[in-house]
Amino acid sequence: MDSIVQFENVGLRYGTGPEVLSNLSFTLFSGQFYFLTGPSGAGKSSLLKLLYLAQRPSRGLVRLFDSDLMTLGQDRLPGFRRRIGVVFQDFRLVPHLSAFDNIALPLRIAGMRDADIITPVREILDWVGLTARGDALPATLSGGEQQRVAIARAVITRPDILVADEPTGNVDPDMAVKLLRLFEALNRMGTTIIVATHDVHLMTRIKRAQMMRLEAGQLSDPTGALRYPPRPADLTGWAGEQS
Amino acid sequence: MLGLIFPTGHDRRLIPQARLTGPMPWVMAIMLFLTMLATAAALALGSAGQQINADLAGRATVQIVNADAQARQTQAVAAEAVLRSDRAVAAVTQVSETEVRDLLAPWLGSGAVSDDIPLPALIDVDFRTRADAAALARLRGALSRAAPDARIDAHGQWLRPVFDLIATLRWLAVGLVALLVLASMASVMLSARSSFAAHSETIDIMHLLGSTHAQIARLFQRRIALDAALGALFGCLLAAPVLWMLGQAAGRLDSGLVSAGSFGLVDWLLLATVPIAGIALAVITARITVLSALRKKL
Ligand SMILES: Nc1ncnc2c1ncn2[C@@H]1O[C@H](COP(=O)(O)OP(=O)(O)OP(=O)(O)O)[C@@H](O)[C@H]1O
Ligand SMILES: [Mg+2]
Repeated sequence: MDSIVQFENVGLRYGTGPEVLSNLSFTLFSGQFYFLTGPSGAGKSSLLKLLYLAQRPSRGLVRLFDSDLMTLGQDRLPGFRRRIGVVFQDFRLVPHLSAFDNIALPLRIAGMRDADIITPVREILDWVGLTARGDALPATLSGGEQQRVAIARAVITRPDILVADEPTGNVDPDMAVKLLRLFEALNRMGTTIIVATHDVHLMTRIKRAQMMRLEAGQLSDPTGALRYPPRPADLTGWAGEQS
Repeated sequence: MLGLIFPTGHDRRLIPQARLTGPMPWVMAIMLFLTMLATAAALALGSAGQQINADLAGRATVQIVNADAQARQTQAVAAEAVLRSDRAVAAVTQVSETEVRDLLAPWLGSGAVSDDIPLPALIDVDFRTRADAAALARLRGALSRAAPDARIDAHGQWLRPVFDLIATLRWLAVGLVALLVLASMASVMLSARSSFAAHSETIDIMHLLGSTHAQIARLFQRRIALDAALGALFGCLLAAPVLWMLGQAAGRLDSGLVSAGSFGLVDWLLLATVPIAGIALAVITARITVLSALRKKL
């Protein structure tokens, strides 16, 4: 198994504030499925920001695709970002683009021609159950529909890594399971999946998944050993946090 | 080629803009109009200066004032010989006495100009190039030995203030063009910055999805290019009739200073490059502005 993400003593602070992540050391392997969990404010989104290259660590070593992020030139970042699909916690859809154009955006950025874009976008729209809503602007979509557009945009390029921040927070349980199937299908095709979630039941759905738990910016298990699969005892310990 | 400048349908949707409602095309139109006027002024003043130079500065008149016609004639011949032998002199022409009489008649009245009144002998001198001070001094020395009553007047010398004025005005026009260029760049920068700020959300998203800085800059470049092209068009439409009218008015003056004839093909070509240079400058300024704003991001 090849490592695809490596953290060594990573710390992150915003500006001059306190460290919101500290002493993170772990390794993620290519082709695996990971859940990231922990209480609200524990630093899950912050950790994912490091993964999708929206933040540089304040200290420590982050290696991604076998490159050290600290020394990686700015001109190489776009190429790295194109290999990472992201479902943002707040969706981040372009407000004046239709659902179709939002989903097509990564393909256009990658330089694909309009003629080659239509079929894959239609396919993925169908997958997330939004075929009829392709022309709708994000503001006219429900929260769950926006979330599905965000997911469709993240997976359209079949990225090497998929990073999803609470990707099922706004959808009903059936849709949540369906979206998880989509992630699983992508995972089977080789994509490494990292999903931050509070949803315990979702985690038990993927048998092969491993789990990381953050508490106040630190891994619950500081050795970086990941639970595989999550033990029911682990789950019950913080099932009360579910909102 | 057009694709490089003008946005595709998708790019237009990505960074939407209500066409012509922003101030940008109008500011560009005014700037281009003023720049074209100032450029035209600089070119016209340049060619006017050259023309005067060619017409007058390369010439001088030698006068021999002596009441004795015999002595005057001897000195005139001697002076002519001196002038002809000088290397700075291209041509020497004796002005005949009848011509001198005709020249003076408007001032003295034709009756008054009789044989009784002694007339100066006049010799027109054409220099090879503009007569410089050294050549004039040399001629003055040689003439004073050969013809003691000879006085040389270089036309360029009494035209000096006119030359200086024209040169000053010309530099003023050039300075005006430079200031207008700076002001245009500043307004493009402001426009690019405000448009960048207005679309910061979209830019952040594109950035995180793997857009290169060049890709993002191109979106703004294209928008600004379109605005600048519209502005350039309006500016030209405004400037063309004004320049034409000025040309006509100058032609009626018949002063030879800014007559339409003094605007050569090269001048017109230079004027035509003003709007093109304006668009290019706007695009480059927008690109630099956006790229430097993007450099602050990770
Ligand atoms: N841009 C920011 N600037 C300053 N502080 C921030 C910023 N983003 C997050 N934080 C702080 O970092 C800490 C971790 O936030 P983060 O969003 O990573 O938590 P989280 O685990 O994703 O929480 P949630 O489950 O509610 O999404 C919080 O204390 C938060 O206030
Ligand atoms: Mg979060």
